[in-house]
Amino acid sequence: MEREEVIAELGHFALILALAVALVQGTVPLVGAARSDGRLMALGSTAALTQALLVVVAFAALTQAYVTSDFSVANVVANSHSAKPLVYKISGVWGNHEGSMLLWALILAVFGAAVAVFGANLPDTLRARVLAIQALIGVGFLAFLLFTSNPFERLSPAPADGNGLNPLLQDPGLAFHPPLLYLGYVGFSVTYAFAIAALLEGRVDPAWARWVRPWTLAAWCFLTLGIALGSWWAYYILGWGGFWFWDPVENASLMPWLAGTALLHSAIVVEKRDALKSWTVLLAILAFSLSLLGTFLVRSGVLTSVHAFAQDPARGLYILAFLLTVTGGGLALYAWRAPKLTSSGLFQPISREGALILNNLLLCTLAATVLLGTLYPLFLDLLTGNKVSVGPPFFNATFVPICAPLFAALCVGPFLGWKRAELWPALQQLRVAFFVAVVAAIVAAVAIDSRSALAAVAFGFGVWLIMGSLVEFAGRLKLGRAPWAESLRRLRATPRAAIGMTISHAALGVVVLGAVATGAWHLEVIQTLKPGEKTRIAGYDVTLVRVDNVQGPNYIAERATLAVTVGGRPFTVLQPERRLFTVQRRQVAETSIHSDGLRDLYAAMGEGDPNTGWVVRLYLNPLAPWIWLGAALCAFGGFVSLSDRRLRVGAPSRRPAVQAAE
Amino acid sequence: MSRRLLFLLPLATLALMAGFFAWSLMAGRDPASIGSVMVGRPAPRLDVRALRDGDKPITDAMLRTGKPTIVNFFASWCTPCLAEHPLFTRLAQRDGAVIIGIAWKNKPEEARAWLAKLGDPFLYAGQDFDGRTGIDWGLSGVPETYLIDGNGIVRFHFRGPITEKDVRDTILPFLKGGKP
Repeated sequence: MEREEVIAELGHFALILALAVALVQGTVPLVGAARSDGRLMALGSTAALTQALLVVVAFAALTQAYVTSDFSVANVVANSHSAKPLVYKISGVWGNHEGSMLLWALILAVFGAAVAVFGANLPDTLRARVLAIQALIGVGFLAFLLFTSNPFERLSPAPADGNGLNPLLQDPGLAFHPPLLYLGYVGFSVTYAFAIAALLEGRVDPAWARWVRPWTLAAWCFLTLGIALGSWWAYYILGWGGFWFWDPVENASLMPWLAGTALLHSAIVVEKRDALKSWTVLLAILAFSLSLLGTFLVRSGVLTSVHAFAQDPARGLYILAFLLTVTGGGLALYAWRAPKLTSSGLFQPISREGALILNNLLLCTLAATVLLGTLYPLFLDLLTGNKVSVGPPFFNATFVPICAPLFAALCVGPFLGWKRAELWPALQQLRVAFFVAVVAAIVAAVAIDSRSALAAVAFGFGVWLIMGSLVEFAGRLKLGRAPWAESLRRLRATPRAAIGMTISHAALGVVVLGAVATGAWHLEVIQTLKPGEKTRIAGYDVTLVRVDNVQGPNYIAERATLAVTVGGRPFTVLQPERRLFTVQRRQVAETSIHSDGLRDLYAAMGEGDPNTGWVVRLYLNPLAPWIWLGAALCAFGGFVSLSDRRLRVGAPSRRPAVQAAE
Repeated sequence: MSRRLLFLLPLATLALMAGFFAWSLMAGRDPASIGSVMVGRPAPRLDVRALRDGDKPITDAMLRTGKPTIVNFFASWCTPCLAEHPLFTRLAQRDGAVIIGIAWKNKPEEARAWLAKLGDPFLYAGQDFDGRTGIDWGLSGVPETYLIDGNGIVRFHFRGPITEKDVRDTILPFLKGGKP
């Protein structure tokens, strides 16, 4: 017991030291860079490594407190329980406000150390400035932790047991959702630091973009996975059959994703064509600002939502000041220095550059739409005192239509050459894809659901994205137009960045197909059943066999056994549960899903007792697994692109100013 | 020069937004004191499924019966709702008030369990599971309570839980026919 207490104290102390180191790292290298003093600049790398080590110690100490159920730590008491399975004791570390902020600080410090280690061949001044900006962000987080949200706060006397974790969060999906999201959010802090450093340096060149791209790409991949995992969690735990609710917390993660996607594409233009510099820098600032907004929107209690598990208006003012410093400071520096960034690359509107600008404009419009929809209730309240809630109807009416031109242009862009291009030849190459997409839309309208023309069109768009990407890739390999050996040789020669692009673009189509099919064509049956009674959903006969009481590690549950038959033959058995978490007296639905890759048969159990029967919700969700399969594939494409040799080998060296044309 | 102004645009936008937020955080306004645009207007559309199995759907026709009616949006996950609940129970039992309860963004079975545990003061109980009706009614959260006269006109709108004082000074006089 005594040893454990010392460990928690050690963690607190390490956190204080980390703040001190971050303060040094945030100032001294900046002075060094301004004075061209090599020794002062070199301090940045040492400090970054030290800071990372100290935050690791702090995080390990908190984890230790959770694993050993040290109930003298208030945070552990509030969020853990000795009866909890080990994996959820560990995930409980970041399943709460203080711990999640510590996780943020941890990832931030580790990324800072990564820049210090892998950035050895960055120019000294640039590296010093990047590390200093990183450290200043770190100061903001560490001070926030220590002064308003100390995870090591003590409780005396220590209670005998804890209050457990929010049972909704006691789930593998949500346990790993925040770390993935944070890897994405914090990844954008590196691009932000690079953007600010570039503004301080007064130069942005292709070598800079080569450094920024992998960080953006990595952050984007993690964010994609994090969002997908969150959506999957909502799908199977909330028991409503839906996968995206336009909840403010979901929106908060979607905005940096959209800005990050735009950044990903505009950085290509900086790298390859030495253009769009100030725009890319602006996007880097915005992507991170939106990440911070995403982190804090959940924490400040400004918005209320099912996910917002830590709400504390007292922290609101600090958060606002911090957000304002990061965003306002960045944008002020941008207003001052960005006009000096000149571009050498010129291009015509119809060109690869032009297509990427269109992509950026549409993605930013989408991000702005989500921002507006999320903040509009607040604005309206301030202006008129009128309170409204903005829900799916708003987003369906605004977000979805903007996707149409984005998706339409997405397949065309890769066919356009840099600098100047012709639209018509590009479109001609896509005629097969267009034809298949139109046929798919017509088939969908006629065969599946003639009521919703919109869904059929959207379905066509999904097919268009997949086909368009494949046609582009086939054209690259000269598939069918050249001997197989030639195509194979071309495949080997294709840069991984191009392969990654094809995978991610096609994967987006897969997501669209899944989302449209599930959203528009799902079937729903809600019925009260007594044991022995049966109901029917789309050819599946579902019989409630029995309802058992089950004892879990820290919950008791009613488990329904549903026998599903098709045409009299047994098909599957579904066992949805209603879990009552005994410590919090909270009930959570545990859905049961049978998926064959093409459709999900989804069962959730509702209220009931032996006399009246139990409410059973059944959904048939066509193509539902494709949503998450597509999202995972999308992130996979990003990782493939990340493994591109050019990024691994070419990135660190800053080439001479006069660059060979690619 | 105009090019420079263009680069200032993001900062200016941010300043505007920050101003709004600072105002909203620091003004410390009491949400209950905010006026409602609903007052004096006909009650918005109401067409929701019944919370209790076997009941008829709840519609705005129930608001135009000639009798003053109380409409209360609640949820089982909402703690302030728990606090105001005994007041509604008393209003229904002692004062014979007609109260329509609507479970907002709440799983019906959870709302039912909640009412089963605490007692059900509602003559009609509906469910606004996806919150659509709440949007029509200009809801900012739960609990919110509307006093509606016999002609279906909203006469009073409480944001947040009702209190003993609200019952004494506003709701009881309203039920007796006096203006609140």
